[in-house]
Amino acid sequence: MKDILILGAGTAGTMMANKLSKAPKSDEFRLTIVDKDETHYYQPGFLFIPFGIYSKEDVIKPKKNFFPKDTNVIVSEIDLIKPEENKVHLSNGDVLSYDYLIIATGTEIRPDEIEGMTDELWKKSIFDFYTIEGALALAEFLDDWEGGKLVLNIAEMPIKCPVAPLEFLFLADDYFKKKEMRDKVEIIFVTPLDAAFTKPIAARELGNFLEEKNINLVTEFNIGRVDNEEKKIISWDEREVEFDLLVTIPTNMGIEAIEKSEMGDELNFIPTDNHTLQSENWENIFVIGDATNLPSSKAGSVAHFESDVLFENLLSHINGEPLTASFDGHANCFIESGDGKGLLIDFNYDTEPLPGKFPIPGIGPFSLLKETKMNHIGKMGFKWLYWNMLIKGRDLPLESQMSMAGKIVPEKDEQETKTLQL
Amino acid sequence: MTSETKQEKTVLLDQDGHLANREDWSEELAQELANMEDVGELTDRHWLVIKYIQKEFDENGDAPSIRKLTKESGVSTKELYQLFPKGPAKKAAKIAGLPKPKGCI
Repeated sequence: MKDILILGAGTAGTMMANKLSKAPKSDEFRLTIVDKDETHYYQPGFLFIPFGIYSKEDVIKPKKNFFPKDTNVIVSEIDLIKPEENKVHLSNGDVLSYDYLIIATGTEIRPDEIEGMTDELWKKSIFDFYTIEGALALAEFLDDWEGGKLVLNIAEMPIKCPVAPLEFLFLADDYFKKKEMRDKVEIIFVTPLDAAFTKPIAARELGNFLEEKNINLVTEFNIGRVDNEEKKIISWDEREVEFDLLVTIPTNMGIEAIEKSEMGDELNFIPTDNHTLQSENWENIFVIGDATNLPSSKAGSVAHFESDVLFENLLSHINGEPLTASFDGHANCFIESGDGKGLLIDFNYDTEPLPGKFPIPGIGPFSLLKETKMNHIGKMGFKWLYWNMLIKGRDLPLESQMSMAGKIVPEKDEQETKTLQL
Repeated sequence: MTSETKQEKTVLLDQDGHLANREDWSEELAQELANMEDVGELTDRHWLVIKYIQKEFDENGDAPSIRKLTKESGVSTKELYQLFPKGPAKKAAKIAGLPKPKGCI
């Protein structure tokens, strides 16, 4: 009998519990899952709360609805992992032993990492929308806001769901237009990146949207501090942007127990093999979702595609076989663009988001990197799919490996040569 | 008239404008790249950072993030931005002859 312990019952951990409970020979292992929270949040829905499109009820359900029957569920914070001893200490005093450990503890926002962010303006003129509390407080603020400078700032990369900030901007533009007050709001996107998005072809496309929607872009801005008195954010190289409303995407970090256990990098993300999803340091530890240090997006779709690979490799390891399943960095994200339309991007480690049709080449129904009503319908329909299929570990009609079928590859620019006088 | 002969060298850059081949890198070229990036004369403090990220790249296959730089090189975030204005991680990597850090997704 093998003990499999899953830390974290968010999207990734819950999916893994469900997959493992349905595995062949699942009676040969005992499954335990630990999480600090009894509520499951549909995190892609947080984006819609500030604009009154979703309410709290749309995005929460009890976690217990989604656990398989035979799973031992423990509600507690995680205190310390001792990988050399195969033990996990919980804050409630329990000490759990494991044969295999799956770490799915995700990422948290850390506004406290930025000087002045959590001072007197926090939750008064400064909000986040990556927590339920932040999203609800922002909804209340926007409800009777009379306008001014709306600054959306990404503190540093990587962040969970790198398209969410753009979606927020597009939805904000739409929201203020519908309230007939767009002329009273100046929208400014302040990012540490050198363009609207991380990947060049998508960045160009999304950058055009910003321009069309009259959203100003400030690039290569690395926030150093918030001046609460003068209401401005100041970069490390002393550039300033004033705000009336600051929507922040704070630093994202893995949970503190990872730091305390000395298992993470400088952001508490766990060094993980990019393809097998095995921990780089311990062969009986696998890592999934936002908790990894993988150079892929931190997103539910990524966790979903990873879950197939992790499942196969974990069973292979238990059976003493080589780990043959390989994760390719596949991500698939709908991007709300406002006014009942949306885009879809599909990419992996090696291939950036490209135009085309998805999932059926030439037909769709979804269009890649193009604004359509159908993509918006896909995005809104995803909530049902998430609650009823995805986290229950049911198979979706999507391959975990990215496919090039249906994608249009633009011609690559020639490498440029430069002559330097020495 | 100067007795120095200016030597011309062609180096290949990748799509991000970083050196395509690490072998092309030299300390003289680093200064040229620093001039192109408006970093100016490279000081001992610049070199501390450049040597650190080269070592980091050799060990881990990627240039370090700013957080890792400040944590391990002993140079504060504030100073890093003074040394390499705008994007220290990216600029220092470029001058060190390394590809753009993968860090940002």
